[in-house]
Amino acid sequence: MSIDGSNSAGLSAAHSPGSRFTVTRATPASTITLLIAVPMILILAALPAFANRTLLQELFYVFTMLALAQLWNLLAGSAGLISVGQQAFVGTGAYALFAFTVVGGLDPILSIMLAGVTAGVVAIPAALIVFRLRGAYFAIGTWVVAEVCRLILAQVKQLGGGTGTSLPPDVASSMIGLDFVRNLFTVRGPAARDIISYWLALVLAVGTFVLVYRLLRSRYGLALSAIGDSEAAAESTGVDVFRTKLFIYVVTAIVTGMAGALIFLQKARISPDGAYSLIDWTAYVIFIVVIGGIGTMEGPIIGVAVFYLLQYYLAALGSWYLILLGGLAIMLMLFAPSGIWGVLSRRLDISLFPVRRRLVGPLKHSAGEQNGES
Amino acid sequence: MILTLDNLTRSFGSLKAVDGVELEVAAGEALGIIGPNGAGKTTLFNLITGLLRPDAGAIRFDGRDITQAPPRARCIAGIGRSFQIPHPFENLTVFENLLVAAIHGRRQREAQVVDACGDILERTGLIDFANRRAGTLNLLGRKRLELARALAGSPRLLLLDEIAGGLTEAECSELVELVRAIRQSGITIVWIEHVVHALVAVVSRLVVLNFGRKIIEGEPRSVMASAEVSEIYMGIAA
Repeated sequence: MSIDGSNSAGLSAAHSPGSRFTVTRATPASTITLLIAVPMILILAALPAFANRTLLQELFYVFTMLALAQLWNLLAGSAGLISVGQQAFVGTGAYALFAFTVVGGLDPILSIMLAGVTAGVVAIPAALIVFRLRGAYFAIGTWVVAEVCRLILAQVKQLGGGTGTSLPPDVASSMIGLDFVRNLFTVRGPAARDIISYWLALVLAVGTFVLVYRLLRSRYGLALSAIGDSEAAAESTGVDVFRTKLFIYVVTAIVTGMAGALIFLQKARISPDGAYSLIDWTAYVIFIVVIGGIGTMEGPIIGVAVFYLLQYYLAALGSWYLILLGGLAIMLMLFAPSGIWGVLSRRLDISLFPVRRRLVGPLKHSAGEQNGES
Repeated sequence: MILTLDNLTRSFGSLKAVDGVELEVAAGEALGIIGPNGAGKTTLFNLITGLLRPDAGAIRFDGRDITQAPPRARCIAGIGRSFQIPHPFENLTVFENLLVAAIHGRRQREAQVVDACGDILERTGLIDFANRRAGTLNLLGRKRLELARALAGSPRLLLLDEIAGGLTEAECSELVELVRAIRQSGITIVWIEHVVHALVAVVSRLVVLNFGRKIIEGEPRSVMASAEVSEIYMGIAA
C-alpha cells in the first residue's frame, strides 16, 4: 500500500499509467445555453439605448432580487444552511453605503465595494454565534442577528436613527461615469443615474451567478453538498466542516452586502425597518428560490420571473397579494417541493447549468450490477 | 502498533457503553470484533474516529496520542471508516462521494485522484453507478459506497462496521475477497460483523465485546469455540 495515495488505495492489479478516467459536465443543453446566454447578456447591457426608464427600474429590481436569490440558494440549497436573516447583510451593506458616502464623502461605487467588505466583517462574529446552532435554531439565530443589527443602527444618530435618512442629491450626482452616460444617451441626470444603477445591477446579477456557479462546481461545492447531506460523514471523510461553512457564509454576506448597498443607492432613502426588512430581503427571496427550484442554478431565474409577474399583475390587491403568495408557496412545497425547475428538469431530463460531474472511462461490466439498483 | 486503546471508557447516562477497553492492533493486521447488539461495538468506532470523546482512557494512532483530535484530523492521519447505517452524500453522484473523500482526506487536487476513484469504483462493483445520485442507491449499493468512500480517503487503518449484513451467499464471498485484497495491499483492518463466517474468513484475530467490556480475544476458531462465546450467543451461534 502506498502512503502517498498515488494508486487506488493500494489495491493490487492493473493500474495502467496515464489517465484512464476523465470527468465531464457539459451536456448539449448546457452548451446551447451558454451560446444563448452570452448574446442575451450583451443585449441586456445595450438595453438603455432603447428602453424607457420604467423598464430599466423594473429590471433593476429583478436583477438585484435574482442576485439575492442565488446567494440564499447557495447557503440553503447546497449546504442546508437555512438562513432567515440575510437582511442582516442587506441592511448592513446599505447602511455602510450611507456611512461611506454621507459621513465619509467617498464615491458611491467605491462605497458599494466597501459596503460588501463591511457586511463580510459583520458576518464573521455572526457565524461564530449561529454555527453553534442546528436546523431550526440556526434559522432563528440568523433572524436574531438581523434584529440586533437593526436595533443597533436605529441608535446611530448620524445615519438618521430610528426614522432613517435620505441620500443628499450631491452624493448621487457625484457618481463616476455620470457625465459619460449623460452624453452617450443624451439624457438628464436622474435618467443617467438609473442607467448606471441598471448596469451595476446587471453586473451584480451576472457576477453573482458566475460566482455561485463556479463555487458549486469547485471542491467547495462538493464539500458544501457533503455537509448538507451528512455533517458527521463529511467530517469523517476529511472535510473541514466549520471552515467551509464559514467561508461560504462570509462570501455570501459580502455579495449580499453589495446588493444591499446598490439597492439603497437607487432608493436614495434608508431606515432601519426598510434596510433590515425580513419580508423584502429574505421572505421574498425564499419564495423565489422555493418556487423556482431550490438547489439548482436555474431555479432562482424561473422563480424571479414568476415572482415579478405575480407582483406586476397582483400587487394592487394589497394584503391579498401577500396571502396569495404565501398560499402558492405552501401549495408548491406540498405538491412539488423541488420547484418548477425541479419538475421540469426531471420530466425533460435536462440541466442547463450542470453542477454534477460525470465520470467517463472504461465502463466495465461488473458482477454487482443488479444489486446497486434501487 | 498502529492503534492502541488504553482503558477506553464512555458512558451514556448510567449506561457504560464502552468500559475500560484495552486493545492493540498491529500494522497490517486484520482484527474482527463481534458481540451482541448493544455491546458497544459502534461506540468503540465512534471513539476511534472522534465522533465521540471518551470519558476516560487514551487512543494512540501510529504512536501519536489522538484522544483529543477532531474527526477530520484523524481521517487525514489515515483512519477511514464505513458507517453501520450508511451516510451517503445523497445529492452527490456515487463518483463524487468518492471524490470528496479523496480530495479532502488525502488533501490532493481533483485531477490527481480521478483515476484512483475510478479504480475503487471498479473494484467495489459500483462503476456502473458512478454517475447516479447516491440517494438513488438501495441498501446494498449504499453499503458498498460506504466501503468505497472509506477507501478513497487512502486510509492506513480501515474500520468496517457491519458491511456484510443482508448479502446473498455469492455477494458475501465477493465481499470477503474484496476485504482480503484490501488487507493484502497493506491496509490494517478492524471489522465489526455479525456475519461471523465472513469475518473469520479474513481476520486473524477476534475480539468479543459484551456490555462494553472485552470478554475474550484470540485466534478466531478458539474464540468461537470458547465457553464465553457460547454463553453470550446461547442459541444463536456456538
